[in-house]
Amino acid sequence: MSALADLFTGAMVVAGLFFFLAGTAGLLRFPDTLSRLHALTKADTLGLGLIVLGLMAQAPGPLAALKLLAIWLIALLSGAIAGQLIARAARDGRG
Amino acid sequence: MKLALDAVLVATLLVLALFSLAARQARASAIGFMGFGLVLALVWVRLGAVDVALTEAAVGALTGLLLLGATSLATPAAQPSRPLRLALAGLCALVAGGLAFLVLEAPDPAPSLAAAAVEPLAALDLGNPVTAVLLAYRALDTLLETVVVVLALIGIWSLAPDADWRGAPMVPGADAPSPPLRLLARLLPPVGLVVAVHILWIGADAPGGKFQAATLIAAMGLLVLMAGLAPAPKLGNTRLRALVVGGPALFLALGLLGFLVPGSFLAWPEGLAKPVIVLIEVALTTSLAVLLALIVLGPGARRPRA
Repeated sequence: MSALADLFTGAMVVAGLFFFLAGTAGLLRFPDTLSRLHALTKADTLGLGLIVLGLMAQAPGPLAALKLLAIWLIALLSGAIAGQLIARAARDGRG
Repeated sequence: MKLALDAVLVATLLVLALFSLAARQARASAIGFMGFGLVLALVWVRLGAVDVALTEAAVGALTGLLLLGATSLATPAAQPSRPLRLALAGLCALVAGGLAFLVLEAPDPAPSLAAAAVEPLAALDLGNPVTAVLLAYRALDTLLETVVVVLALIGIWSLAPDADWRGAPMVPGADAPSPPLRLLARLLPPVGLVVAVHILWIGADAPGGKFQAATLIAAMGLLVLMAGLAPAPKLGNTRLRALVVGGPALFLALGLLGFLVPGSFLAWPEGLAKPVIVLIEVALTTSLAVLLALIVLGPGARRPRA
């Protein structure tokens, strides 16, 4: 059982890291603010979600797993809204 | 594996430190410094100092905000003269070198008061030795620390012109808040407040405590103000000022009571240490939250908003 959980964690974290890598590449390579933001927010949201999913399999109990989930949800909310705020600032020429 | 993680952390820390020193724009420096604080918090976690890490992450975010605000106000200063810069570099190198020497030359095992700090925890009914140090063994330091924050706020308030200093401070962005920010300011504060109370409450037994909780509450308050959901308070408001000094005043009053019961300043009565410490923590959290938010908001402004 624990070997299966370890395998799941490894796969999810590697998949999550791939999205982080893709997002970082987009942040460095895309030409304008909006595309860079697009790459970053999408990748971070999905990447963090996969890593949290992987780590939930290692959590000592349901409470710890729920805490991890809450961290992801809060990061999701603040990431999405920060993305919107930066995009609006860029659109209005304040970026 | 752990060595590789530590090496990456230290390398990132050094790169961020160099970046914020070398950046040409003050704003880039401030942003680099905020990143530095975040990585530093991770380093504290790796060193097992979770209390310090939480404080670094929370207070670092707030000071980062202050630095960012300051960079938009400050005019670029003239480059200091070469001898002055060399002298400063020499001084910094001396301090860093001295610290490095002390760390590397520390006897093994390093001298430690950890055992002495843990031993009387049961008498205080506390589980977190850091809280015991802050509020029982070295309560005087904590008292002075909070008084320093009050003095900082008085210093900031005194920057306002005479006619305005009782008025409400200007809140950046509150005239035309964007809809996403308003959404965040409605959704996040309930979560943030619950987390803050949790951090305050577990501070007795686990990493956490008043400063971290107060920073979170202050951040939630600032979010609500910046989204324009509530008007900034007038700084002349008596109730607001009572909140600001209430925590330190209660701390001082209970400290003075110590002269009567156990017989010395800031000594807690036998068997009542835990309730007294909890009372002080709660009162200080309230005061510090208001204080930190007001420090970020700055002095009273010319156009008090209704």
